[in-house]
Amino acid sequence: MSKNNQAPVDVAPPYQAVTRHGVSPKPSHDEAARFDFLANFNKVLSGTLGPGNKLAYDKRVLPTFKKEHGREPKDRFEIRHAMNKDPFHQIWSASKRNSMEMRQQNGRAMVLRQLDELDAKARALNESVPDTLELNPDVQVPRYQAAVDIHCMPGSYHGEERPGDVSAGANYDCGIFATTAGGLGALSDGGGAALADWIRKERPGWTPRRILDIGCTIGHNIVPVALAFPETEIIAIDTAAPSLRYGHARAQSLGAKNIKFIQMNAEDLSRYEYGHFDWVQTTMFLHETSGKALPRIIEEGYRVLAEGGLMLHLEQPQYSDEMPLYEQFIRDWDAFNNNEPFWSAMHALDLKGIMQKSGFAKEELFVTGVRAVVDRSIFPEAPTGEAEDHGRAAVWNAYGAWKGGKPA
Amino acid sequence: MSDSPLDWMALANKKAKGKRPEFFDEPEDDRIYSILIALVGEVSVLRTRLDTVERLLDEKGTISRDDIENFAPDREAGFERGALIREYILRVMRGPIQAMESLQEQEPPIEDVSRELKEI
Ligand SMILES: C[S@@+](CC[C@H](N)C(=O)[O-])C[C@H]1O[C@@H](n2cnc3c(N)ncnc32)[C@H](O)[C@@H]1O
Repeated sequence: MSKNNQAPVDVAPPYQAVTRHGVSPKPSHDEAARFDFLANFNKVLSGTLGPGNKLAYDKRVLPTFKKEHGREPKDRFEIRHAMNKDPFHQIWSASKRNSMEMRQQNGRAMVLRQLDELDAKARALNESVPDTLELNPDVQVPRYQAAVDIHCMPGSYHGEERPGDVSAGANYDCGIFATTAGGLGALSDGGGAALADWIRKERPGWTPRRILDIGCTIGHNIVPVALAFPETEIIAIDTAAPSLRYGHARAQSLGAKNIKFIQMNAEDLSRYEYGHFDWVQTTMFLHETSGKALPRIIEEGYRVLAEGGLMLHLEQPQYSDEMPLYEQFIRDWDAFNNNEPFWSAMHALDLKGIMQKSGFAKEELFVTGVRAVVDRSIFPEAPTGEAEDHGRAAVWNAYGAWKGGKPA
Repeated sequence: MSDSPLDWMALANKKAKGKRPEFFDEPEDDRIYSILIALVGEVSVLRTRLDTVERLLDEKGTISRDDIENFAPDREAGFERGALIREYILRVMRGPIQAMESLQEQEPPIEDVSRELKEI
């Protein structure tokens, strides 16, 4: 779209280009303009200014560290402590944190202003198909969800401004555009759309009987899978009722009628017997659990997975010894600056080892790259490499396994 | 459910649970920077609104508030408005951007240059 003789300008799509569904908050002119500012601000922070962190490290922080310690930093935490004293990194981090906080303020202002209408719309949609939303007030919010408000979202996924509302889901839904600068597409479902494409190529002609989506939130990434497999029975579970209420209403309005949203803790799937599902998945979920819950959830997932079934976890890439320490440090930014307290530890886990412990054989495991599938005429390709917005880039690794091997 | 109206303006500002990191050496700098960046955002919003008014006037010669509220840019206008915001952000973030540039090349203090010039 650039004019002649001009370098292409990396601009976020306008917020007005997102697809509205039956429970989308309606932005005023200025509310949309706020998200337009934040989307472009985030692009500048990651694309233009992001590489400055590496420069500050190479030119300033690392030489000083070496002089002081007589050695290289030994882990990403030492790099973080040293970088936190660097004036460039300070202003970059402060800008990014403010952008995250403004995204929450702006999203909440838009949602809470019209909460009566949103609640009424959600209620009408949910009551029209009561069988596919099952809430259970006995389900407790796990400590790892309640310790802090994850990604600085006041009230987190489960908070309510008044009983029975959908504010948490609506705020989560509208603002993800700003933090990802539109990288997830018109319905913020680029990850799920990519999964639907991937499975079609990976196992052509397959129709799973039942799919379990763990930690579905508002169903961004399970809806495209449900639409791709309309015959499949899908169970989407989450501990957060306000997100489920909103997600169920949203799914109805998008025509995904084959998902049952259930309030349930994934650490205990005893309601389902061995081999009940052909496909068990999480998308951008594992990093928001805990050291003990994560293996428990994978074990439960293995148990309820059928022979020949698929387990899949979509996440940002795991850290490994091959990943330079600086990259580990910058990928860790959200852990300490955006309330993601399990992020750092989770990304250093041996996920493959945990999957093997749950019962998979080594040969059954695979890792594959997944890139958001979105309407590229409007929404941008996610940048990778130095300009990548680590932590929310629309490119992921899928950590997967076929139980007993992939069926021929 | 809607009998007690929410004070949404106050509620929108709620703090997220979890201790906020300090980024600068002085905590007041963190407070002031938050105000500054929020203000930077609001100026961008005003500019975008003005762009909307200009576009509507170009197209229709006269406009109403409803026209503004319901304005949705087409693809080209969306890009142009994004480019306007980007240009604005680059302008206000000049300081950090130039700081980054100066990291690429170690420059001697101007005093040194001054001393040098005296001699040549
Ligand atoms: C980052 S979000 C997942 C995003 C979602 N899968 C998507 O693709 O849009 C994490 C979600 O997991 C839920 N959650 C956390 N622990 C859980 C548990 N033990 N069982 C079920 N849901 C859980 C949270 O309530 C939250 O909605």
